[in-house]
Amino acid sequence: MSAITSLPQTAGSVEAMKPEKGYISVKDFDFWYGTHQTLFKVNMEMPEKQVTAFIGPSGCGKSTLLRNIKRMNDLVDGQHHQGDITIGNDTIYHPHLEVTSLRKRVGMVFQKSNPFPKSIYENVVYGLRVAGVNDRATLDAACEHALRSSALWEEVKDRLSASALGLSGGQQQRLCIARAIAVKPEVLLMDEPCSALDPIATGKIEELILELKKEFTVVIVTHNMQQAARVSDLTAFFYLGKLIEFDTTLKIFTNPSLKQTEDYITGRFG
Amino acid sequence: MSTALPPRTESSTPGRSGLPKQAKIRGEAQVWLTGMGLALALTLAAFLLWVIVSNGLAVFWPKRITEFTVRVGTQTTTIAGELVSRRELLTNEPGKPVVSEVHIFTGNKDVYKNAFRFIDAATIIAESQPLDLIEVERLEYGNAVGYPVALKLRGADKKIESIPAEDSRFPSELNRLISETNDRWDVIKSLEKGKIGANAQKIKRLENERKKIPAGEQGVLDADIAKLKSEYQELAKQAGVLRAKQNEHKLSIRLASGESKDILLGKIVEVFQPNRMGLLSRIGFFFHRMWNFVSDNPREANTEGGIFPAIFGTFAMTLLMSVGVVPIGVLAAIYLREYAKQGPLVRGVRIAVNNLAGVPSIVFGVFGLGFFVYFCGGSIDRLFFGDSLPTPTFGTGGILWSAATLSLMTVPVVIVATEESIASVPRGMKEASLAMGASKWQTIQRIVLPASVPGILTGTILAMARGAGEVAPLMLVGVVKLAPTLPLNTEYPFVHLDQKFMHLGFHIYDLAFQSPDSEAARPAVFATTLFLILLVLVMNLSAILLRERLRKKFKTSAF
Ligand SMILES: Nc1ncnc2c1ncn2[C@@H]1O[C@H](COP(=O)(O)OP(=O)(O)OP(=O)(O)O)[C@@H](O)[C@H]1O
Ligand SMILES: [Mg+2]
Repeated sequence: MSAITSLPQTAGSVEAMKPEKGYISVKDFDFWYGTHQTLFKVNMEMPEKQVTAFIGPSGCGKSTLLRNIKRMNDLVDGQHHQGDITIGNDTIYHPHLEVTSLRKRVGMVFQKSNPFPKSIYENVVYGLRVAGVNDRATLDAACEHALRSSALWEEVKDRLSASALGLSGGQQQRLCIARAIAVKPEVLLMDEPCSALDPIATGKIEELILELKKEFTVVIVTHNMQQAARVSDLTAFFYLGKLIEFDTTLKIFTNPSLKQTEDYITGRFG
Repeated sequence: MSTALPPRTESSTPGRSGLPKQAKIRGEAQVWLTGMGLALALTLAAFLLWVIVSNGLAVFWPKRITEFTVRVGTQTTTIAGELVSRRELLTNEPGKPVVSEVHIFTGNKDVYKNAFRFIDAATIIAESQPLDLIEVERLEYGNAVGYPVALKLRGADKKIESIPAEDSRFPSELNRLISETNDRWDVIKSLEKGKIGANAQKIKRLENERKKIPAGEQGVLDADIAKLKSEYQELAKQAGVLRAKQNEHKLSIRLASGESKDILLGKIVEVFQPNRMGLLSRIGFFFHRMWNFVSDNPREANTEGGIFPAIFGTFAMTLLMSVGVVPIGVLAAIYLREYAKQGPLVRGVRIAVNNLAGVPSIVFGVFGLGFFVYFCGGSIDRLFFGDSLPTPTFGTGGILWSAATLSLMTVPVVIVATEESIASVPRGMKEASLAMGASKWQTIQRIVLPASVPGILTGTILAMARGAGEVAPLMLVGVVKLAPTLPLNTEYPFVHLDQKFMHLGFHIYDLAFQSPDSEAARPAVFATTLFLILLVLVMNLSAILLRERLRKKFKTSAF
């Protein structure tokens, strides 16, 4: 801890610093889709209740790493990995760890919103239902809380039983966020959550992220440099499956250590 | 390359007339070719349907009766009947005059030996349609046609009172007595099939029990059995008295050809006067006859009466088949699509499943007979119905084994349709569910299956359509020409899955090729075919309606 220099704050952040030991730690992580290696010796520490942004050109492995944090890549045929990822004190690949319980601890919002063809209410409480919660009062309370946290409550409170597919794109994305946070995960992963949204909806979601980080550890993938600068405390720059530079957002955006990072951020390549 | 294209004129706007001329012409030729393919298929299908519908419906239409006066040599005879067709006989000798014939339905099979007749048109000297002619639908020998003469009523003192046809009481009295005898038939039937049947069953059960207990204690049951047997005697006597009543009164008619004929009122279904009917009463009679056909039991080697047991049997068997085939097919599809590791093996299984649809249906029948009937049914009999052996209970063809055989035959259809619809559930949706911590099975239950229901229903519709029309395998595993009772009736235990049943498809085959009088069976063949098609249509339509409702529910919005 002592080795880290304290830096001025980025927007909304409390006190960003690059920790030695984070809440999520990735250690010497390699990953292959079949024979195609997509991640090379990634090491990073993501601190608790802060926002970490992944940036980098398309195809560099941001989504792959993000999906690995909750073992979503287990579903892909022929994948394998080396190294380890821990959340809190738990090794995610530990043989005694149930993958479903891991996935409950780590929520995820996908690039393309994917609500279920069910009612708004059933979408939000889906995670609770599959966890075996059926008590109506508990579900109602969780639903309202999640929808309020995702700034959707006022818009949908009168039509909770209407189909979620009738919502607008931005509303659907916020519904997916509500669905992810309704189970009260420890970590929230967001893969380009605003890529399909207009600036107003994007603004709402960015505000939301700053709100959410009070409760959750957030990791966000984004192609939007301004967005990364606005919402994140730490930024990781990936290139061709390697973690090139990982530091506080302020440092990355004002004074990156590597020329490659600077070129990417300023748009000279990528 | 570009030289091959005709030069574009300045005015041509791309997308409208921008297409090169040659391509347009070629495109039109293809439109014609494909359109002709469709037109051919549609024409053939429409023709087939038209033949079935027109012939099937014509059966119920009350035709007028024509009286023909025929002179052969010096002899003059008259004969009456419904005109079936007029046709010209083919001759191969060039100079010979064309012979034309009139084909008529004369009825009165008991007198004429044959209900149809061909008359040489050249011998006909007069045709008329007398209003007085009546047609009598009978329980035996088909319809009778003739002039009413008198009602012969037998009084309590065995004296016969005659009411001539000219008497003003005749029509009302005739109708009253016929509806009286028809009501009495219902009473007799419910007595014989219901009470007497139940009684006989009870006796059989007690006798079986009696066999099981030691000889010394059998006396306890003997008394009960004796009581039941005397009850049986009593009921049988009642039925006998009622049956005798049915033969009391007679209707006398005179055939157009001169013979007299007395018909027992108990044998008459109804009497009508086709030549007196106006359009409205004709239409009413048409629906009346159609309803009778749908709701009655068959008579006289199935050529007369109705097809109710066959409709019910087909419906019950198809429903039972769907109940069997859908779960199996859906589970298999889930395994293939969600659990099996996709590779050459799974691909091979998929090809095998698809090809199962190409196995001739009779092969499934043979398999059903060997496996379901003899092996499964035989084992069930040995285990649970040892008492009644050697009479088989499940070890012989029945509705359950028929449904099982057809389920096996149609399962590929359900597997393929379900697999397709499972595969089309968006990956993102499944991932989202798994990401919420749902297990694979929970995801299948809550996300994949609900979204695949329309596809599953499509598979079910196809399976039902194929299963309902299938005949060949059923002949081996449980269909019969005439089943005494329905597989679902008031007799304990109400659902009789071991019972043989009647089936519309088999009924058609039986009427058309197995009946002694194929001419008489012809109308019934068309009418039965019509109702088989209607039944399949109704079942499909209800499944389609259900599917559309579900589709609406799961419709994904365009985002
Ligand atoms: N399911 C998969 N099977 C095989 N290869 C994959 C799969 N998913 C991704 N890849 C490959 O892995 C590499 C990294 O992909 P990834 O999706 O992590 O990139 P990304 O950084 O998220 O890109 P983008 O910004 O475009 O989303 C790419 O080369 C991609 O082709
Ligand atoms: Mg990505």
